[in-house]
Amino acid sequence: MAEKVEKRAIIGWRNLALGCAILEPGSSMHLLTGTWRLQRPVVDPEKCNQCGLCHIYCPDLAMTKTAAGTYEPDLNYCKGCGICAEECPKDAITLVEEKE
Amino acid sequence: MPTRTPMEVSIAVAKAVQQADVDVIAAYPITPQTHIVEHLSELVANGELQAHFMNVESEHSAISAMVGAAAAGASTFTATSSQGLALMHEILFIAASLRLPIVMVVANRALSGPISIWNDHSDIMAERDIGWIQVFCETGQEAYDAILHAFRVVRDPNVVLPMVVNIDGFNLTHVIEPIYLFEQEELGDYLPEHRQSLKLDIDHPITMGPVGIPEVYTEAKKQVEDALINSKQVILAAWQEFGRRFGRAYAPIETYRVEDAQILLMTMGVISRTAMGAVDRLRDAGKPVGLIRCRLWRPFPLPEFREAVRQASIIAVIDRHISLGAHSGPVGQEVRSALYTLPNRPQVFDFVLGLGGRDVTVHDFLEIVELAEQYATQGPPESEYTLIGLREV
Amino acid sequence: MIEIRFHGRGGQGAVTSCEILSMAIIEEGRYAQGFASFGPERRGAPVLAFVRAGDKALKLREQVYEPDIVAVLDPTLLRIVDVTSGLKENGWLILNTKKTLAEHKPKLRSDLNLAVVDATTISMDILHAPIVSVSILGGLVRATGIVELNSLEKPLLKRFGALLARRNKEALMQAYWNTAMA
Ligand code: SF4
Ligand code: SF4
Repeated sequence: MAEKVEKRAIIGWRNLALGCAILEPGSSMHLLTGTWRLQRPVVDPEKCNQCGLCHIYCPDLAMTKTAAGTYEPDLNYCKGCGICAEECPKDAITLVEEKE
Repeated sequence: MPTRTPMEVSIAVAKAVQQADVDVIAAYPITPQTHIVEHLSELVANGELQAHFMNVESEHSAISAMVGAAAAGASTFTATSSQGLALMHEILFIAASLRLPIVMVVANRALSGPISIWNDHSDIMAERDIGWIQVFCETGQEAYDAILHAFRVVRDPNVVLPMVVNIDGFNLTHVIEPIYLFEQEELGDYLPEHRQSLKLDIDHPITMGPVGIPEVYTEAKKQVEDALINSKQVILAAWQEFGRRFGRAYAPIETYRVEDAQILLMTMGVISRTAMGAVDRLRDAGKPVGLIRCRLWRPFPLPEFREAVRQASIIAVIDRHISLGAHSGPVGQEVRSALYTLPNRPQVFDFVLGLGGRDVTVHDFLEIVELAEQYATQGPPESEYTLIGLREV
Repeated sequence: MIEIRFHGRGGQGAVTSCEILSMAIIEEGRYAQGFASFGPERRGAPVLAFVRAGDKALKLREQVYEPDIVAVLDPTLLRIVDVTSGLKENGWLILNTKKTLAEHKPKLRSDLNLAVVDATTISMDILHAPIVSVSILGGLVRATGIVELNSLEKPLLKRFGALLARRNKEALMQAYWNTAMA
């Protein structure tokens, strides 16, 4: 027997802000997209020429500049999509599987 | 004292917008709306209205500019007709769902094709479900007053919705008639200052118009629906206060000579005044005929409507739009569904006329009443509605 | 209630006649509607404009089908339009024409009242343009007395501004005094 699938609202209409607006600035910070990650990008600082393309292409703006000028993913938000590795002109980024 | 002035109705409408002290006007010219915004652009150019007048390249842009300006907290006005309204279509829903208090005049005109610049209600009837408050006007005075009402209503913190004021194109917008214009001081605080709680503000950033995922879309729609239904209380209060201060009373369903009426005509807009003339004639001939006029179309005033038709045995509904492929015009459908659940309901016959500028005459109403009586006694017509004045060959 | 129908050609001023006359009636404290048989502006095409006047607000918004007064701004219209269609018994027909009363009268329904004025010549002389919207009103007001001449002043000023209003007033008066009636 198939279970009844409940399609639940995440918030009641009476509590919704006017016009469905989001009143808290930067509330997307709460959404830790890093938990979605199956693979993690690892940057080889030796190969990196600091061009910053990975930062620009990253859909979650997770690639962050380090003090050395090279880039590292912010693992709270890096969802492991691999776009950075695809776009890096120096092949400085490799994707490694996340351990269980 | 308000000054009684002979003027074109479009000019009076522009005056009311001026008196409401709007901040931003964006519009694209389309007949028969043009005189309204033309005059507003003159007022702005002459420094008589401190507002920003945006020339845009289409109606889609006009309403989009209104959405942007209103989201930034500006009091906004636009006007359009027919194809222009149709071009605005997708943004109209957005304006309501973002809860933006925009006021718009629709100078009602037929939709193409064939191309027609003349009056009927097909433009607004295609936009019944957009979530805007919608009212109709019968005279120039009502049109002027309705603009003032509209700005009061949309500025109310319990409403915060956009509103359409329907003014029949040409047949009302272009008529010269006497209109009582208020001095600004007379209006006093009838028009509250425009203050918006929800707006785009760099110091207090918010996000407007985010994605409504399936887990929130239903709730978002319910919020707009609830606001629209509840806006009726604010509209009624605005009309009552207007009547108290200025002596002109308004109601969501207006009646004319309905005492003991067995047959009720139901109209919207400027033709209601011609219908009154027809009712006078029928009453003089001893026929128990009355008239109800729907002023508030959205939200539909269900209890007021049911009350108004409680004692009638026949309602002859007038539709100024043909709902292609449906069994009757939109007002006919609305009326029938409003009565369906009642144990005792009058017979409803729907009549479509006055399409694409065809003149609606006293004679038409006399014919309609005769037909309605005939249908009631000899059985309904084959079609669920009757096209009046249709030439067969 | 008095209903008036103007016959003109696009660009000739029939709508302006209707505007000014309806405004003048309203200035007198009466009620009026002034409106045209609306359409895209096409210079030269036959156009209709209407004025409906009453002591108080009228419960009527249809076009005018049975006028009490018909004013014709262009004599060539007589050939292509039945200008007296629906004109009430003993109604007034006001013609802009260079011809005389005697030339027109026999061709008309015998019950009708006729007024003729050479509005085109008057407008050409004074305004240097064949725009007869105001001069035809001179004939109409003279024949029917529907408004006081004074009541037209404010509408003329509003419509034309001080300079042109003065010249139009002159055309109005010329036409008023040069209208023949029978
Ligand atoms: S794209 Fe590659 S080379 Fe450029 S900054 Fe990122 S890691 Fe370094
Ligand atoms: S893997 Fe995807 S999410 Fe992670 S840093 Fe690269 S581009 Fe951004």
